[in-house]
Amino acid sequence: MDSSVISRPRPPSSHIDIGGPQQALLSVRGLIKHFPLSRSMFARGPATAVRAVDGVDFDIRKGETLGVVGESGCGKSTTARLVMQLTMQDKGELVFDGQTVGSRALPLRDFRRQTQMVFQDSYSSLNPRMTIEDSIAFAPSVHGVPHKQAIVKARSLLDRVGLSPVRFAGRYPHELSGGQRQRVNIARALALEPRLVILDEAVSALDKSVEAQVLNLLLDLKEEFGLTYMFISHDLHVVRYVSQRVLVMYLGEVVEIGDVNEVFDNPRHPYTQALLRSMPSMDPNRRTEEPPLSGDPPNPINPPSGCRFHTRCPHAQPVCSQTPPPLSDETGHAVRCLMYQPGSGHSAAPMGVAA
Amino acid sequence: MIRTLVHRVGYAIPIMFGVALLCFMLVHLAPGDPLVSILPADASADLQKQIMQLYGFDRSYPEQFASWLWRALHGDLGTSIASGRPVATEVFNAVGNTLILACVATMIGFFFGCLFGFVAGYYRNSIIDRLASLLSVIGVSVPHYWLGMVMVIIFSSQLMWLPPTGAGPGGSADWTLDWAHIRHIILPAITMSVIPMGIISRTVRALVAETLSQEFVVGLRARGLTDYGVFCHVVKNCAPTALAVMGLQLGYLLGGSILIETVFSWPGTGFLLNTAIFQRDLPLLQGTILVLAMFFVLLNLIVDVLQSQFDPRIERG
Amino acid sequence: MSAISPSVAPAINVNPERSPGYWSNVVKRLRRDPMAMTAAAIILLMILVAVFANWIMPSDPFQAGMLRRLRPIGTPNYPLGTDELGRDMLSRLMLGARLSLFMGITPVIAAFVFGSAIGIIAGYAGGWINTSIMRTVDVFYAFPSVLLAIALSGTLGAGIFNALLSLTIVFIPQIARVAESVTTQVRRSDYVDAARASGAKPFTIVRAHVLPNALGPIFVYATSLISVSMILASGLSFLGLGVRPPEPEWGLMLNTLRTAIYTQPWIAALPGAMIFITSISFNLLSDGLRTAMEVKE
Repeated sequence: MDSSVISRPRPPSSHIDIGGPQQALLSVRGLIKHFPLSRSMFARGPATAVRAVDGVDFDIRKGETLGVVGESGCGKSTTARLVMQLTMQDKGELVFDGQTVGSRALPLRDFRRQTQMVFQDSYSSLNPRMTIEDSIAFAPSVHGVPHKQAIVKARSLLDRVGLSPVRFAGRYPHELSGGQRQRVNIARALALEPRLVILDEAVSALDKSVEAQVLNLLLDLKEEFGLTYMFISHDLHVVRYVSQRVLVMYLGEVVEIGDVNEVFDNPRHPYTQALLRSMPSMDPNRRTEEPPLSGDPPNPINPPSGCRFHTRCPHAQPVCSQTPPPLSDETGHAVRCLMYQPGSGHSAAPMGVAA
Repeated sequence: MIRTLVHRVGYAIPIMFGVALLCFMLVHLAPGDPLVSILPADASADLQKQIMQLYGFDRSYPEQFASWLWRALHGDLGTSIASGRPVATEVFNAVGNTLILACVATMIGFFFGCLFGFVAGYYRNSIIDRLASLLSVIGVSVPHYWLGMVMVIIFSSQLMWLPPTGAGPGGSADWTLDWAHIRHIILPAITMSVIPMGIISRTVRALVAETLSQEFVVGLRARGLTDYGVFCHVVKNCAPTALAVMGLQLGYLLGGSILIETVFSWPGTGFLLNTAIFQRDLPLLQGTILVLAMFFVLLNLIVDVLQSQFDPRIERG
Repeated sequence: MSAISPSVAPAINVNPERSPGYWSNVVKRLRRDPMAMTAAAIILLMILVAVFANWIMPSDPFQAGMLRRLRPIGTPNYPLGTDELGRDMLSRLMLGARLSLFMGITPVIAAFVFGSAIGIIAGYAGGWINTSIMRTVDVFYAFPSVLLAIALSGTLGAGIFNALLSLTIVFIPQIARVAESVTTQVRRSDYVDAARASGAKPFTIVRAHVLPNALGPIFVYATSLISVSMILASGLSFLGLGVRPPEPEWGLMLNTLRTAIYTQPWIAALPGAMIFITSISFNLLSDGLRTAMEVKE
């Protein structure tokens, strides 16, 4: 299965492609989410908050798989929840196929029919008191599908993800293995025939062999149903295998985004470079001598001034602590670093007028 | 430390206010005329009005509440309708007696509860464990007023070892630590100790069993720690929670002593409550409930603060 | 793996193997617990006696006879003796089961309904709704329960209804707290998020996902309150609040027989023994239920 092929979008029965193939399926603009910290009555100073997502912009193109990578605490999962609207953003908007989510043209409920999510923990994402087929049939029945029909659909989806309906439909989550449960979660996500599926560390908790099976299942399903994926993972190998483009996050910001092979072979942002160097290599001649990144990531309550990475960056200069770099404009391979900003004041930056 | 203290106290104050409000409302739920117990049936309208003014029953509820609360904060809980004495005096006399009884009962309950609980936890799933667990289930299931009666039957009536009622010579005012008084406290205290014993024993058993089954204990033994050392370790882990439960039980006994005090005619707050209810003595009722409830809230607060001090796992602030 | 072909379609319509549900597993485990089963048998016996008392009583429980006061156990015609007014103890104990059980169980059922509703709403809604509801509950919870029951009962006056009302009010905050805590936990789980993500309305989510997972633990907690409720209800009657004479009720009988502890101590102790036996059975059953529910497969 050649995962580099962007599947031709085949409109599923209930959703119409409004904007055409050039229109991004999902456009995220200026998302900000801060979680205020509870404080005692006597604390002084401004209210502190965890700045989980601090101004994130990206597009997801129709039919592609966008990988999202970053350390723990960089804001990947929060971004996923914001895209699903499970958490409401403080600022920013989502535009789905040209329509703003939550507007009259696209009310939240309609958006929810078209975007679904597969969670990391396969056990806690299934109601322990519901049978497998009832869990899958729940979403369609919420949207008016009669129960019998929803059950038929649930069973056919079970079959499609490789679980025999006769054996599994009447069982409870605790009777299934992790890999089987994750297949159920995928079936459940597909029950509403969505166009966009967010996979938040969906295979991270599985054994390697099971992981491979589930990944291949995901790729098959994408091809067959014309899906678009947002694939969040900390495993860089897996991301390279499944994605067409990749997005790198650090402390609540997008620091690099572009074609997956381009980014992995020619990483621009120093953080991406360090991340890639930290992947253990199979080649005994290419041993990693020193740790690529030093120190713990600074906490998101008080991010460093200027460029957030400057405290750990080997190329940092005084200007980096003063000026926060913007994301560069290129659509092929954008990066948030002063070294690529013409006229930014960094010694490695190209000449030119500051943007 | 100060921050936690202030935080907890700050939280307790609205609770105390709510409790006071509830006390006040509780008593005014009472149907019927509050003055019926002191006024003769043929009292003139004038006399009625005078008495009502004297006790403040003619004003609106919020006014009554405000003035009652204000005076209560200054130590004036009104005058008992039945006895004519200040409520505060009566209550505080009685509280002393109840405190003595409750403290002794709690200590007995704590001692035996810890003993049974420890033994059960150490030898968990053995016969000893099941026996001790049975004892603690009995402790929480027995109707303590009935147990009191049974104790009186056995020890006073049949064996004649201990007196059945009262607090001893000199009544409630004159309590000293001598055998004449202690023999009066034995039966009620033991009866009262049964509930805290049951609860503490269950808690301790669960704690000990849980601690012993944790992996760090295996690690300790592997590093050569003696049985005595492990024992100390377990004690240190379980002590904060056990003490907290003991504190809470003390509060519960303070508030719920009425049944035992009735059986043993012990001159405490429960007995007072009994009197107040049956004589429909509203000021006395109100004052007693308020004092008891406040004691309970304060005790919970103290237990809370102490627990957060001694148990590092509980988050501060 | 291919798309659904016509040859696979019939497999979808075959009835799948069904696992036994959660509660049938719990009952199965409970059946294997000898203590819990003994306790259940005792309770069932008490309930049957209470329901059929009128038919199985040997004598009239209200028929007094001053000449045959306080006859001992084993008197012919009066197998458990007579009380202070000459009434047959056995019959009064049997009929007394009715009121004692009723007064013990009813407040818990009522508190279960109201307390769960309050707690689940507070737990699911969160935010200021949760805070305002739970702070109010906390004020009631700040009272020791015996004191609250007696204070309420004392001010409302004696009588069955008032006693039931007082006890219900005492238990509602306790159940509400447990309900709120369980609901908050359930609300945070991923499957509730998944349900929200599929566009379901809050009411549907509560009905389909929250209730089945929350009611179980709340129910177990409520069963542990029954023994407390029985003891408190009888305690109220013992104090003279609650059931009024001549109705037979175990707590009230303890009260009226107090004077007899010097002359006929064992008869005086009988009603309390009944309370004790019933109460301990409820506790053992509740413990067994909790153990049966805790096992995760």
